[in-house]
Amino acid sequence: MARETRELICISCPMGCPLTVTLEGGVVTSVTGNTCPRGDAYGRKEVTDPTRIVTSSVPVDGSPTERMVSVKTASDIPKDRIFDVMRALVGVRAAAPVGIGDVIVPDVAGTGVDMVATRRA
Amino acid sequence: MRKAIERHDVVVVGGGPAGLAAAIAAREAGADDVLVLERDSQLGGILNQCIHNGFGLHTFKEELTGPEYAARYVDRADELGVARRLGTMVVDISAGRVVTTVSAAEGVTRIAAGAVVLAMGCRERPRGALATPGHRPAGIYSAGTAQRLVNMEGQLPGREVVILGSGDIGLIMARRMTLEGAHVACVAEIMPYSGGLKRNIVQCLDDYGIPLLLSHTVVDIEGRRRVEAVTIAEVDEGLRPIAGTEVRHPCDTLMLSVGLLPENELSRSAGVELSAVTRGPVVDQDLQTSVPGIFACGNVLHVHDLVDFVSQEAAVAGLQAARYARGPQTPDDSRGIPVVAAEGVRYTVPSHVDPDRMGDSLTVRFRVDNEYRDRHVSVYLDDRRVQHRRRRIMAPGEMEQVVLRRPDLLAHEGLSRITVKLEEA
Repeated sequence: MARETRELICISCPMGCPLTVTLEGGVVTSVTGNTCPRGDAYGRKEVTDPTRIVTSSVPVDGSPTERMVSVKTASDIPKDRIFDVMRALVGVRAAAPVGIGDVIVPDVAGTGVDMVATRRA
Repeated sequence: MRKAIERHDVVVVGGGPAGLAAAIAAREAGADDVLVLERDSQLGGILNQCIHNGFGLHTFKEELTGPEYAARYVDRADELGVARRLGTMVVDISAGRVVTTVSAAEGVTRIAAGAVVLAMGCRERPRGALATPGHRPAGIYSAGTAQRLVNMEGQLPGREVVILGSGDIGLIMARRMTLEGAHVACVAEIMPYSGGLKRNIVQCLDDYGIPLLLSHTVVDIEGRRRVEAVTIAEVDEGLRPIAGTEVRHPCDTLMLSVGLLPENELSRSAGVELSAVTRGPVVDQDLQTSVPGIFACGNVLHVHDLVDFVSQEAAVAGLQAARYARGPQTPDDSRGIPVVAAEGVRYTVPSHVDPDRMGDSLTVRFRVDNEYRDRHVSVYLDDRRVQHRRRRIMAPGEMEQVVLRRPDLLAHEGLSRITVKLEEA
């Protein structure tokens, strides 16, 4: 069975632990170098199904203080869908009042994930 | 007519992450009257424009964006009744802890503080500090300015971008500009290593195929009215451009992410002793500066990578400020035992420790002076090694820490020096 190792930097948090992921026949057999369980999970996922949280900001109408409201995908989405999400935000405007966690775009770009506000406006 | 002087127990200068965490900790430690002074129109500081995720994993065990992280602290400050004055600029702090402010609403005000917490943060090193040749056209932005324009003002500063310096904000902006439809040609870094966090190189540059050119710098900027091109060249070990390596990049925007400078003008006016290495105040285990009753935390003390650590540090400063404000302190002649930054360690915060006054443990934060692989971080009490911990990779862009244990320090007779250094295995 083909044995393969991949060196990764964990991006689960800003610690940036250096990971070594070992695969045998395309199946992850070990993750080392992580200092927490998130690192193990990231290492396994990054070599099989990489995902990211996408953040951006969109204009908001009617806010006394803000021109823009920041948004994020409520959970991570496949890495190869990032630009689809960005395209789906073109022309989107939020309407005040906006609370943290309010859905700004439901099921953004058909990912099944909502785009939610990350600040009040 | 001069207004009567106001009095407050704890006055916090700056309402960003450090100031908020310090004010909350001071209230929680029993200070009744805590006042935050903030020159912006809202609390939260730079977090308001840091819309990317990755904040709060240490503090909240979840991954928040900057505005969400700030909101947690603003909400807590509201619950605790922390007073704040927005749109209010502190223009002077005296060694006797009189804080002079100016605002459109109230004009000039003088506040006598039981204790002061310095939490003014830092600012970006500007183009003028770099001695980059070339014209002075529009289109040259510090990365933080560009970040504010894109994320808070809804303006795209340019379409074809070169970034000089690999600080975290520059890396974050490389991704942000790419997502907004601009093209980022490259990030040039004069040093042989990045100034930013590894995770940001992975998810801001590698994810989008943006090259990071180490040991490269900008040697020319073209354009009269607007940037038209920049020329990038490789540098030698002395950081001098190598003739013949120049590559010209046509572009309309040059972003600078070339370092952050603690903003200590007010500390100076109060007579606070500053470190030549960190450019922030010299502090003891309580994060108290050389001026009694004045404490410092966050990026004004030393530039951090992680806001979580800013919050932790600021909570110490807030707690100690509350204690100081509560009662007359016994004058303390000794400044404690020096913490010496030796081989490979650029500085430590704090830089001296009094074992009699410290808690059970004390986090000492530091930065290394180069990239290191497979080194040990060692702590010596005088000549005796008490800690020896292997680290696979260390880099100047990533803050490190050791934890000193009070029993270890007390058990060491006649302790005169604590040394933090790197050693081979």
